[in-house]
Amino acid sequence: MNSFWAVFKRELKGYFATPVAYVFLVIFLLAAGYWPFMEGFFELRQADLRLFFDKMPIIFVFMVSAVAMRLWAEERKNGSIELLLTLPVTVTQAVLGKFFAAWVFLGIGLLLTFPLPVTVAYLGDPDAGQIAVGYLGSFLMAGSFLSIGMFFSALTKNQVISLILSVVACLIFVFAGHPSTLNFVASTLSPAAANVFEILSFQNHFDSIMRGVMELKDISYFVILMVAWCYAGMIILEERKAT
Amino acid sequence: MIQVQHLRRCFGPVVAVDDISFTAEKGDVLGFLGPNGAGKSTAMKMLACFLAPDGGTANICGHDILTEPVQVRQCIGYLAENAPCYNEMTVAGFLDFVCDARRISGAQRKKALDRIVPMCSIDSVYHQTIETLSKGYRRRVGLAQALIHDPQVLILDEPTDGLDPNQKHEVRQLIGQMAQEKCIIISTHILEEVEQVCNRAIIIARGQILVDSTPKALTKEHGCNLNEVFRKITSTKKSA
Repeated sequence: MNSFWAVFKRELKGYFATPVAYVFLVIFLLAAGYWPFMEGFFELRQADLRLFFDKMPIIFVFMVSAVAMRLWAEERKNGSIELLLTLPVTVTQAVLGKFFAAWVFLGIGLLLTFPLPVTVAYLGDPDAGQIAVGYLGSFLMAGSFLSIGMFFSALTKNQVISLILSVVACLIFVFAGHPSTLNFVASTLSPAAANVFEILSFQNHFDSIMRGVMELKDISYFVILMVAWCYAGMIILEERKAT
Repeated sequence: MIQVQHLRRCFGPVVAVDDISFTAEKGDVLGFLGPNGAGKSTAMKMLACFLAPDGGTANICGHDILTEPVQVRQCIGYLAENAPCYNEMTVAGFLDFVCDARRISGAQRKKALDRIVPMCSIDSVYHQTIETLSKGYRRRVGLAQALIHDPQVLILDEPTDGLDPNQKHEVRQLIGQMAQEKCIIISTHILEEVEQVCNRAIIIARGQILVDSTPKALTKEHGCNLNEVFRKITSTKKSA
């Protein structure tokens, strides 16, 4: 898998060679750091990061889509995809290399929120396990959004279109599990359909991880999502790379 | 070294490459000529395993483009039209990436870079970002990328397009130097270039091979220069 590492290395370095990384990290950390305080992080008088993790899905919808939009759209637009895929690199290696590089980059962003858990640990006595699980859950969710965004990036040459499609797709996955959506589905279709919506939505699985329990079904939900969207992205790319 | 058999590719209702077959051996510098939209680039993209053919196949250095695309890419150097690069990288970083992807490492990498950088005269811009380079330098970086692993087969899509006369001359000299031990395919519509560097010429129009000959034989046979030959062949077929 040597070519995988070549792509991975180039991509990850690329974030820091351009202002992309710094703009992203500053905005992300600002949003993730400010929002919990705005909603009364101190007033709650609880030594946990629930407020912080609660905001992660909605922050990620936009931030991850913004990272993912350029992954393939940019390559196709300026023709460098023709260079990349005439090197001895397969589509699978290229997709995985880009995916993992972007995922690691998002992981770096998450790690840089460390002042929050440090603050909580200084002020109180939080459950370290719950915080660790929360971070792991957020990381898995970021990966899932990323795979969705990468799929839409492979679909079009236009980065704006790719961003909009991926934001909408991610929002659908998040809001499918909201009580209002579920009530609506249950009353118009059937309670069984509402159940399906709930199982397929992000929120349901993310919430159950946020309760501090890492269950196999929740982890496998995110992993399956990533594998499926990445695979779909490979198929689309194979089909459309030259057009 | 290259055997192309009945290669065919359509884009929707348009047949871009229509059943072309030819062979090329070591020492051949094959000029691919044709009007714009004749299917030159499409044919080259298929040989470089970027585009899958709809029919037919080709064999390059003993590897089939359909079943062993990665091996084929390993033994060819390909310069795409307009020489696309990663513009935000430096020349050094870009060539490092190409070496990574081509599994050239350690002493081998140093040797390859020491050979290729002076050969393509990119020493002076080695640490510059590619997007700050002029078109000529960018093209040379593209050439360096295609030559870094010393491939047996070279596929160059309009390598001199947009270069100034001096740069054109340099690229032609470079091709001439390598002609002996490689098999080179060049597409171009500059016919003087064909006379200078190619020992074979294939003229294609509307996806089909019209002529497979040598530049000398062509001018002799038609009794005029290559420009007129080209016009005669491609335009009479069009009106027919």
